[in-house]
Order: sequence, then C-alpha cells, then structure tokens
Amino acid sequence: MAFPHRPDAPELPDFSMLKRLARDQLIYLLEQQHEVDKLYKVENKPALSSNEQLCFLVRPRIKNMRYIASLVNSDKLAGRTRKYKVIFSPQKFYACEMVLEEEGIYGDVSCDEWAFSLLPLDVDLLSMELPEFFRDYFLEGDQRWINTVAQALHLLSTLYGPFPNCYGIGRCAKMAYELWRNLEEEEDGETKGRRPEIGHIFLLDRDVDFVTALCSQVVYEGLVDDTFRIKCGSVDFGPEVTSSDKSLKVLLNAEDKVFNEIRNEHFSNVFGFLSQKARNLQAQYDRRRGMDIKQMKNFVSQELKGLKQEHRLLSLHIGACESIMKKKTKQDFQELIKTEHALLEGFNIRESTSYIEEHIDRQVSPIESLRLMCLLSITENGLIPKDYRSLKTQYLQSYGPEHLLTFSNLRRAGLLTEQAPGDTLTAVESKVSKLVTDKAAGKITDAFSSLAKRSNFRAISKKLNLIPRVDGEYDLKVPRDMAYVFSGAYVPLSCRIIEQVLERRSWQGLDEVVRLLNCSDFAFTDMTKEDKASSESLRLILVVFLGGCTFSEISALRFLGREKGYRFIFLTTAVTNSARLMEAMSEVKA
Amino acid sequence: MDCYTANWNPLGDSAFYRKYELYSMDWDLKEELRDCLVAAAPYGGPIALLRNPWRKEKAASMRPVLDIYSASGMPLASLLWKSGPVVSLGWSAEEELLCVQEDGAVLVYGLHGDFRRHFSMGNEVLQNRVLDARIFHTEFGSGVAILTGAHRFTLSANVGDLKLRRMPEVPGLQSAPSCWTALCQDRVAHILLAVGPDLYLLDHAACSAVTPPGLAPGVSSFLQMAVSFTYRHLALFTDTGYIWMGTASLKEKLCEFNCNIRAPPKQMVWCSRPRSKERAVVVAWERRLMVVGDAPESIQFVLDEDSYLVPELDGVRIFSRSTHEFLHEVPVASEEIFKIASMAPGALLLEAQKEYEKESQKADEYLREIQELGQLTQAVQQCIEAAGHEHQPDMQKSLLRAASFGKCFLDRFPPDSFVHMCQDLRVLNAVRDYHIGIPLTYSQYKQLTIQVLLDRLVLRRLYPLAIQICEYLRLPEVQGVSRILAHWACYKVQQKDVSDEDVARAINQKLGDTPGVSYSDIAARAYGCGRTELAIKLLEYEPRSGEQVPLLLKMKRSKLALSKAIESGDTDLVFTVLLHLKNELNRGDFFMTLRNQPMALSLYRQFCKHQELETLKDLYNQDDNHQELGSFHIRASYAAEERIEGRVAALQTAADAFYKAKNEFAAKATEDQMRLLRLQRRLEDELGGQFLDLSLHDTVTTLILGGHNKRAEQLARDFRIPDKRLWWLKLTALADLEDWEELEKFSKSKKSPIGYLPFVEICMKQHNKYEAKKYASRVGPEQKVKALLLVGDVAQAADVAIEHRNEAELSLVLSHCTGATDGATADKIQRARAQAQKK
Repeated sequence: MAFPHRPDAPELPDFSMLKRLARDQLIYLLEQQHEVDKLYKVENKPALSSNEQLCFLVRPRIKNMRYIASLVNSDKLAGRTRKYKVIFSPQKFYACEMVLEEEGIYGDVSCDEWAFSLLPLDVDLLSMELPEFFRDYFLEGDQRWINTVAQALHLLSTLYGPFPNCYGIGRCAKMAYELWRNLEEEEDGETKGRRPEIGHIFLLDRDVDFVTALCSQVVYEGLVDDTFRIKCGSVDFGPEVTSSDKSLKVLLNAEDKVFNEIRNEHFSNVFGFLSQKARNLQAQYDRRRGMDIKQMKNFVSQELKGLKQEHRLLSLHIGACESIMKKKTKQDFQELIKTEHALLEGFNIRESTSYIEEHIDRQVSPIESLRLMCLLSITENGLIPKDYRSLKTQYLQSYGPEHLLTFSNLRRAGLLTEQAPGDTLTAVESKVSKLVTDKAAGKITDAFSSLAKRSNFRAISKKLNLIPRVDGEYDLKVPRDMAYVFSGAYVPLSCRIIEQVLERRSWQGLDEVVRLLNCSDFAFTDMTKEDKASSESLRLILVVFLGGCTFSEISALRFLGREKGYRFIFLTTAVTNSARLMEAMSEVKA
Repeated sequence: MDCYTANWNPLGDSAFYRKYELYSMDWDLKEELRDCLVAAAPYGGPIALLRNPWRKEKAASMRPVLDIYSASGMPLASLLWKSGPVVSLGWSAEEELLCVQEDGAVLVYGLHGDFRRHFSMGNEVLQNRVLDARIFHTEFGSGVAILTGAHRFTLSANVGDLKLRRMPEVPGLQSAPSCWTALCQDRVAHILLAVGPDLYLLDHAACSAVTPPGLAPGVSSFLQMAVSFTYRHLALFTDTGYIWMGTASLKEKLCEFNCNIRAPPKQMVWCSRPRSKERAVVVAWERRLMVVGDAPESIQFVLDEDSYLVPELDGVRIFSRSTHEFLHEVPVASEEIFKIASMAPGALLLEAQKEYEKESQKADEYLREIQELGQLTQAVQQCIEAAGHEHQPDMQKSLLRAASFGKCFLDRFPPDSFVHMCQDLRVLNAVRDYHIGIPLTYSQYKQLTIQVLLDRLVLRRLYPLAIQICEYLRLPEVQGVSRILAHWACYKVQQKDVSDEDVARAINQKLGDTPGVSYSDIAARAYGCGRTELAIKLLEYEPRSGEQVPLLLKMKRSKLALSKAIESGDTDLVFTVLLHLKNELNRGDFFMTLRNQPMALSLYRQFCKHQELETLKDLYNQDDNHQELGSFHIRASYAAEERIEGRVAALQTAADAFYKAKNEFAAKATEDQMRLLRLQRRLEDELGGQFLDLSLHDTVTTLILGGHNKRAEQLARDFRIPDKRLWWLKLTALADLEDWEELEKFSKSKKSPIGYLPFVEICMKQHNKYEAKKYASRVGPEQKVKALLLVGDVAQAADVAIEHRNEAELSLVLSHCTGATDGATADKIQRARAQAQKK
C-alpha cells in the first residue's frame, strides 16, 4: 500500500553521523568532564541526591536558572557544600549567566555547553527539539533561537556539502538564512569545492501558514500524534492500546516496517490495510503446516523472528487504530471535520460559528475550542466584531477568566483577531509597507507587526487552488494530490508553496501570493552559478520549518516527492500540531 | 681560491676562525664608544647608544642623548634623555629597549624611541641606588638583575610578568663584587658573583660559595666573567691573566689558557657554534682582541678603534665607529670545501663545476672521482650547506651552482633542501642589506624562525619587505600578508597628521576583504590613540557586527552598539549591550532607547518577566502600553496575591488600564471576574466547598450539583448567561446527578433553545436509554433520525427517513444497520431508495 519511490529517486544522506556526533559529545561531557554517573529529570522540586556534585543538563532558560539558584541557595542555608555544574544545550546565553549572578551563585557553579541541535528522528526528519521556538519567536519576538538555527544549517552544510539553491519565505527564514550565510563566509574554505549532496533548501516560517497546522490531522502518523502525542519520535501507548495492563513506549520511524507502510495513509485506509496484513501474516504462519523437519528448522531460524516482530507491531498498531476509532469515529468528530472543511472552503460561516459556540458552551475542550476560533479567524481575515466579543465572552465563562491573557497573546501572534473596518486597514497597510521598504526594517523584528498582518487566506486559496474541485468521491486509496492528507478537502498551503517554487525554481509569478502572505520583503531565492550539483542531488530537497511542522505536512511532501521523483528531508524546530500551537499560546494559572 | 682562506685563522689543530665585515658603519658617531652606554640586541638587532650618560649638568646641550641605530648604523630614533641617570641599557627579546635608572625605575622604549611603559625594581632601591644592572634572556622572556648600593641583588626573570625576587645576602660582602653575571639554569635565574678569590652562587633561597674545578692556584681576584649564549658555559678571567673555561654548572673544566695580560679586559664573550665541539672565548682590551680556546696559541687581532662585542648564537659581532664585523668558527661544510688541498667531495664538486664552466674535460675527471667514491650525494649536500654559511652572494651562488650541477648526476635527490636553501638565502640577503640592517646568519635565522623575523620587520615598519617575503615564501595569508597588513593599519592609524577619512580609506583600499584581517582590532588601536571617529569609521568595514560591539561599548557609543548588536542577530550580544546601557543611562533614557529597538525591547521584557517584574511594569507605563499593563496586572492577580482583596485590587487596576487602552471588552471581562471572585468567596463562606478560581460555567455547575438551584439561577441572571449555555449546563449537570425527574421538569419548563437532541445524547452518555427515548420523541423532525439512531431504534429511524425521502438520512440509517438484526430494515431502505429513484 505504501507507494514505492520512483526508481530514480535519490538516496537520502546518512544522518546517523549527527546522532553519533551528539552522543559522543554528551558522553564526553558527562563522563570525562563532569564524572556524572546518574541522571535525573530536572523538576521544580528539591534534589534528593546526596551526591557531592550536581550536574544540570538544561535548556538555557531563565526559569531553569532560578530553579538551580534556589537549589544552590537552599543547600547553602543548610550549610552543605557541593559542586554544581550546568551544561547548557544547545548553547549558553548571557542572560542565564546574568541570572546566576543576580541570584548570587555565579561563583558556585561552573558552566559548559553541549552544542547539540539536530536530532535525527527518522531517515528524513531532523528535529531541533525546540518547541519553545514557536512561542519565543512568534509571540514574544525573541530571536535567540535564530542563531541556533543558523548554526544547525552550518553544521549540515559542512557535513553534507553546500546547498546550491536556496529559497525561503518569512521574516525569520530570511534572518536565519542571512546569519547562516555570514557563518559560511566567516569560515569559508571548508565547504568550498565540496560536491553538494542536497540540491535545494527551502526555509519557511510557521506564520506563513497557520491554517494547515490548525487542522485536525487524518493521516495515520498525524492522527497518532494528535491522539497520543509523539515525543522525540516515540509514543507511549497506554493499556487501552496494548491490551494489557502496561503502557508501552514505541519508537515510530522507518525501522518499524508496519508503521512505515501506513504512516502516510489516510486513516480510512489504515484499518483495511492492517487486517489484510494480518491475514497475510497468518498465511505465512500457516505455511509451517506440512513442512518437513528441515523446512521447519529453516523457518524457525530464519523467518519466525521476523514474523513475530511483525506480529507484535501489527497488534500494536491495530490496538492504536481501535483506540483512535473509538475516539474519532463518533459523530462529534465527523461534525468537527465537517466544520473545519466548511471553514477552509468558506461556506456556511454562520453555521460554523454557532457550531463553535456550542463547542464552547459544552466545554468540550479548551484547546479544541480555541483552535476552532483561530481557524475561523484566519480563514475569515479576523472575526467580525460581534462574534469576536461573544465567542470570547463564552470562552471566558466556560474555561476561566485567565484566558483573557490567552486572547491577548493570540491577537499579538495574529491567530485570533478582529476584523478591522476597511479604512483603518489600508492605513495600517500603507504604514507597514513604508516600514518594510526601509532597509533597516528588514532586520528589525517588530514584535507587533503581526498585529497588522492580515490573513488573506481566501484569496490565496483561490490563487493556489488549495481547495480541489472534486467530481464525485475523492478516492483516498489512490490519492491524486496532496489534499489527501485532509481527506481531499484542502491542499496544505505550506506544501503548495514549496511545490510551486520548486517547479519554477524561483518566486517568479508568485508575486501576488507573496503579497497576500504579507511577505513581499521576506521571500528570497539564492542560486549559485556554478552548477556542480549532480542531477541526483538536485532532486534532494531540505525543507526547514521555523516554528514547527506537522506530520500531515510531512506526509503531503513525501507524497509530492514520490509523484515528482524528489526526496524531501525535513528540518524542523519541533514537530508540532494544533494542540501544541494552542498550548504554546495559552496562559495557564501558575 | 687561494686567497679565500686568507682570513681563516687556525686555533689549535682542528678549528678555524674567520672574521669578515658585515657593514661599514653609516652612523657618523662624534663620540667614542667608550663615552657611551652601549647596548646591542642579539640576532642582528638594533644598537642603542646613550651619549653623555654620566653628565649631571642641567644644560640642555649637555643632556644625555639616546640614539637607536640599526645594525648597519642607520638611525632609527634619537631623543633627549630627560629622565634620571641611567645605569644600564639592554634589549628585551621583543626588541624593546630597557633603560635601568639609578633610582631603580626601568623605562621601556620601542625600537623607534617611543615610550612604552615603565616599572620599578623595588622601593628599597630608591635609597640605595642601583650600582649595576644586567638584562638577560631566559626562556620566559627577558629578565633584569640589579645590584644595589647595599650590595644586594634583585632580579626579575620576566619583565613582561614582573615578579621581583630579592636575592639573599652574601655574607661579609662589604664592597661591590669585582664581577658578576646572571645565570639561567633549569629554568631558574641565579646570580654568580666574584668577591676577591671567592665565587658565590645566589639562588633565591641561599647563597653558596663555589669553586671552579681545576682552577689554577694564585688567583686573588676575578676580573671578568662570561656566560655563553645558551647559558651552558662559563669563562672566568683572573687577575693573573689566566682564563678558566668550563661548564656553567661549575662541575667540569673544559680548558684553560694563560694570556699573561693582567690588565682587566673590556669585554669577554663566548664564541661558539651550536653543536660544535670547539670552545672559544673572545677577550677584548682597548686595542687588542684575542680568541682563546683549547690550544696553546691564541688568535690575536689588533683593534684599530674602540670596539664593542655582541655575543651571538654562533659567533660574535664586533662593531666600532667605522665597521661592523662578524667573528665565528668556520662551519664544517665550509671548512671541508675550502680548506687548502681539501679532497672532500664538496670541494671536488665545486672544482668540477668550475672546470665545467671553463668547458674543460677536467670537470668529468673530478666528477668521476666523486662518483667512484659514491659521495656525490654528500658532495651536493655539502655545497648546499656551505652556501648557507657564506655571507657573500657571489660565493653563495657558486656553491649553489655546484650543488645544482652535481644534482644532475643523481637519480633521486630530493629537491627540498636545495630549494629551501635558495629561498632562505634570498630572504637572508634581503634583510642583510644595509638599508634593512639585520645581519642574520643562517643558523640564527633558523633559530629565530621566519615568523619572528617577519615580526621584527613589522616592528621596524618595513611592511613592504615583509609582505614581499610572505608572498615569496607563499606563507598562508592569515599568518603572513594579512597579519602584516593589519600591523601596517595599526601603525597607519597613529599618523595624526592624516585626516580620519583619508586614513580609513587608505586602510580599506589596502586591506579590502583580506581574510584574517580584523578591522575591529585596527579600530581598537585607533581608539587607543584617541581617534574615536576614525575607530567608528573603521568599524564600518568590519563585516562581523559581533566584533564591532565590544569596542563601540568601550567608546561609549552604546546606542550604535545596540543597533549593531541587533544587526548581528546574536541575542547574547544584544543582551550584553542592554545591561551595559542599563547601568550607563538613567532609567528614562534607557527606556527611550529600548522603545526605538523593538527587538531589544522584547528581549529585555522576557528577562524582566522572570527577574524584574517591577521594571516590566515601568516599561509598560513608560510606553503608555495600557493593554500590556492590564495583562500584567491580571497575571499579578493570579500569581502574586493570595488574599482575595489583593486579587480584586489587582484586577481593578487591570480594568482601569484596559479602559485606558480603550479595550472595553477586556475591562468588562475583568470587572465581571472581580464580581465573580467576590461572589465565589461569599459562596465558599456560606456553602462551604471549593468555588474560588472556577470559571463561571463551572461555578454554576457546582451550584447545581450541590443542589443549590436557586443560587444557580440567580448567578446565571446576574452574569447574563445566555439561555443556550444555561440549558446545556443544566442538562449536563442534572444528567450527571442522574436526577432524571428534575431533568424532565427542566425540559418542560419552556421550549428548549438547544432542541431536544442534546437531551437524547446526554442521556445516552449516562446509558439511560429509557430517559433518552422520552426525549427522542420530542426532537424536531430534521434531527429525528439522528435521535432515533442514538437510542438505537433503527427501524423507526428508517421509517422516518423514508418518510422524509431524504437520501442523506437514508444512507446514515443504512450505515447503522448491522448484519442480521437489522436485515429487514436495510431491505426496506433499499426498496424505498429504489422507489425514489423510479420516481
């Protein structure tokens, strides 16, 4: 069922090198440098260890620093002296040292860095595991991680050769790209003359396409992520899936043969596939009947293990499927999907609005309600003032008044806004365009510019033909286009942009779309003249998502790759989904 | 050829010493050398002369004058000495001139007479005066040792990292020692001094008397002592005219010599070559120069003029008013080739080549002779090596030509040594030129390394030559050309008579984007010379904005630094500048600066959010950002305050702020929240239980669940809960309570604004089919099918659907038909469908 790649599809680069690199470095730091023998999770509670030395491996966040400071200070009060080491990953920030200093423990701790920024989650997926990137950059306007991204790109280009063709869209993409270029220039000579392994790189800001990330996912991998939450490429299947009383941690990647075949499939096909597979498996087991001793010996020594393994995986995924079906095939879910599709297509807005209202009134789920509101806002260029007020009021009544802050966050990030009356809008727009023509403005992020950023989803959707015209049923078994990841209702905007740009090898002819995305100054192409790249490498494309990407987008691009003979490699700050986006924006009581 | 060895003087059986002229001095000295304090740096270094050092007159014309010359006598600097009386001069390893004054102050000058810094040899000296001083070289750098008026020694082994060490007292020392020297052994500096017939060794712990082994009897005092360049050997000159030569450890005697001259020599220095077995000492009197070694006879020279000896690694330089000469032991390779009637392979090869040039067949004979002995390789090597030791380019060339000639007859002779020798000689000849005046020998050059030689050229501001050498030797840019250009630029910015623009332009033109050149370093130098504007101009050329920031901060251009930091995209850098600004500016100005830099502002806000909440508030206040201020207070009402009054007060402030921000919605919502909080408090007091911090919805639900229906109604009215919500809420709560009676009553209280399908759904969720069915009958026609399906009445659902003739409903029902039980129904639907199609 999983469609094979075209025979001429390029080989993926070997990312296990990255893993080895990071692991060796960490082992060196922990064992050689700091003699660590036991690991604990950093939690906001007193450390129980009675060791003479504590070593913290943390993200460079002020919160973590305060935790460490409180620990050290309480030790001091208790009259205990220990050695403290802090290892920052991926890098140390000056602000953190400042906090340590202000808390009066700078002299007590020694600091180190573990420059680990790229985790290969799968053969084609690299994650920086920086979920905080999204909130830090798109809400707080904090650019600290952009440098980290640039350094990660630099690492990739030193390992896998230069990228001859670069495209990007979004303010952050442009900044990261420029910083990375600077890094390359400073250390030139290293990558020069190397044959490029990866022919194209495409950088994309998450805020270019919020819509796709906000939709409910219906391809298997996305659905598993939405339902069970995939963490660092593995998922905890609870007792309802494992059909035992234990939870099981399962690694989800291309190694898992069963999963690899269904991960990109629309959920409606998965169950059928799994049962077919089960039947095949049974048939293979059955073969042993009528075997003679020699054949049996062969079977046991060679095939049985593989079959058992497959059996185990199969039963796990069937369990997961059942569990998902239980949750998702109810009427509620159908209604939800229907509403989402209506929003994407832009009809029956009234009906959808009252559906959302009912959703809120019934306290279905704070995150889900919020997601629907955002989806409505983005697809409609903001809510009309009446709805904006009433939905917010309902929401506060249902889920608590502290979400007033959540709404203020969402507004700032441009996720949930109020339709502005026509004239002020043009005023804002002219002001913005003045801002961006100013040369310096390209580099300065105005945290509030997103305020003025309007979504023009409807027009873009029309321009890029995001809603496929379908005559009759969309056959999800034999997908025709990337829309299959959303049951044939919608082609993910981000993926469509990538497809279009790759086709043209530039942004040419997409001016209108770029303008509608409010990215006129942040869409760029950069090609090196000398074309040393082999035709094989030119069909290898690295897509960088700044602010996270969803499994649906990954599936869609994998599909596109198979269609066109490309191979896509994904680099994301973190794998995300609608719930994670909304949680990042929510203010919860401490 | 015969005359070539004319200046060779044999010493004993095995060694020759030769003296040849390096330069005829260009310097036009008016005084005799003996009237000056003289210091010459090793490795062909510069010569410093302090004229009239001992005059005390105040008259300007008679003041001491400090002159610095290159080794060829080219003047480098001249300055009037205005400081105190000088006891001793000496050059450091970095070619800085150290002038030790009588009061213990040491003044440090550059090669061009520029004052660098000064330090003191201790307070004790102020009273006692410095009697004598020595500057010596150690592996750490350059050291200074002084002898004070109290006959105590103080030394510092490294003037770069000054640590004064006062040496222990010498017992019974009443007068100044007759001679003394600083010794370096095992990385520790010692002092060796002679008092009468006794020798004492001072280390920092103790003073011990030492006796040289095998010293001839009858010595009543030592007049002179000399330590070799490498501190390995020591020579002592006694009042009997006897010279003892041995190891510096005083454990072994090498040889002795009696010269029968009792007059104290002016200077005595070692003259030996590294890895040579020969030991010789050069002793100089007024008019006589003597080379003595392990031989009964010495070599004698007559000195026409007052001369000064400079010990070198592989020989001795001797300069006077008119000439500058070099005296050394003839190296083995040269000796082999040039010795009269030598049959060494090198000598034969040289001869062969000469015959070859004369087109004589003798060339072949010579060559055959060498080849027969199988010594051609050796011959070539000898010629190459000997070329290195020759001073005259003509002789270098003829030796190299011989080597190259010999090479032709060898199959596999690695070319490196030949090529490198040619290159090295070219460099050496270039720096030996009298304009440059660095008379390095090949061995010295190899010891010094090309890097140091380049440094020295840079120090002499000979940038073009240095660059040419780099290019000629093809040194990597970062080590070579760029480094020199950077030095040049640093020198350029010190030219005060050139305008900022011109300097900046000139520098940029020359340097361009040369890799490895740091404009910020050059700018730092410009700033060091007080040229802030120039520094800023230069920083503009710095491609890495990260490099610009620290200097801009230092120059107090913090705002410029801030924008550069932001350009760099490095948040750490931005943060550094921010904290700098925070301390530098007053709060108001600081905030104003932030206001114009949104990126910095958001960064600082992030920091404040965790570390300085009050500052955050001030920031918002300053900007009149009432919206954020409101949010701030809301957050405070959850986080900071425990007491309800405090929370309400915080919310009130927030509401006020929202009003100011013209955000009426938020203001109203906040006010509602205040009301709710107060009410929840009252509920808790009156009813008990947990109400605080529940949402409005949950509060009402909790009331209903607790059976306080009246209160719930009241609350709903007070807060104008919409009917739809209230119905959902009540429905869910009552079903949870399984209070079916009350639910039914409620359903009949008026027409449901949410219809009756939800009733069916909720009842089914509680698995109460009986109740659900009740409501299913009341569901409106458009949802009837759904309701019936929910309660599981497929048959009736089918009927209704058929009645509605609704295709969608029909398929919905069909999808609910399961196998055997609903077979009949399914058939029925299929029939109805078929019928509908017929129509």
